[in-house]
Amino acid sequence: MAQANPNFVFRALADPTRRALFEELTRQGEQTVHALTRYAGVSQPAVSKHLTVLKRAHLVRHRRDGRQTHYRAEPAALAPMLDWLDQYGAFWRERFDRLEKVLERMEP
Amino acid sequence: MSAAAECPRSLVVERVFPHPQEKLWRALTNGSLLEQWMMPNNFAPVVGHKFQFRTDPKPNWDGVVDGEVLVVEPIDRLSYTWGTGGAKSGMQWVVEWTLTPNAGGTHVRMEQSGFSPEQKGNYNGAKYGWNLFFNGLERVVAEGEQP
Repeated sequence: MAQANPNFVFRALADPTRRALFEELTRQGEQTVHALTRYAGVSQPAVSKHLTVLKRAHLVRHRRDGRQTHYRAEPAALAPMLDWLDQYGAFWRERFDRLEKVLERMEP
Repeated sequence: MSAAAECPRSLVVERVFPHPQEKLWRALTNGSLLEQWMMPNNFAPVVGHKFQFRTDPKPNWDGVVDGEVLVVEPIDRLSYTWGTGGAKSGMQWVVEWTLTPNAGGTHVRMEQSGFSPEQKGNYNGAKYGWNLFFNGLERVVAEGEQP
């Protein structure tokens, strides 16, 4: 599956309810909207809205089975997050190296 | 997902510099010193001050960081927001510096954490949520790695 826009991933997971839904799906495997609604303790339309945001970030997938919609987590969609950690980790380590050189040049 | 193994719980970079804490504080807060290791800027260590770091544009980034100073506790703690990609469509982070005297000089800890624009007024809450998220992320990634 193509990587989602990183902003979608970060935004999707910035919300505690969506994060809880995503984590519940990683723990329990596939769940119906009905089961997720019971778990989240908010209205079904609210859960559906949250799932749409998670879907846009490719963090969940769904399949229809009669009148039920089943959702499952896609942990691989966290890749943009890991890329970000890698990229910024390198950025800061490089800045720390430069800071060290500046400190050597500075007056005491 | 090859980065998963070394994925930290949150983005923290730490180092001990063999220099006094007061000198580190200057390097972190003085605009012309900051320019020498970070980026050209109009930074000032004043709570509420809005500033920019500017560097050459890179792929996926226009080279501009928009920030606002959140915490100034000389010579121990400094924190500011770190926004890239503009206020509307971009991403907001918080960068927090903590300086601690140490037998070898000064221990410097930089933590970059994230929060969504709608949580702007709730920095501590957002930070707490973000740490929780990283705890969850670590577990989720570990599970995702299983064959």
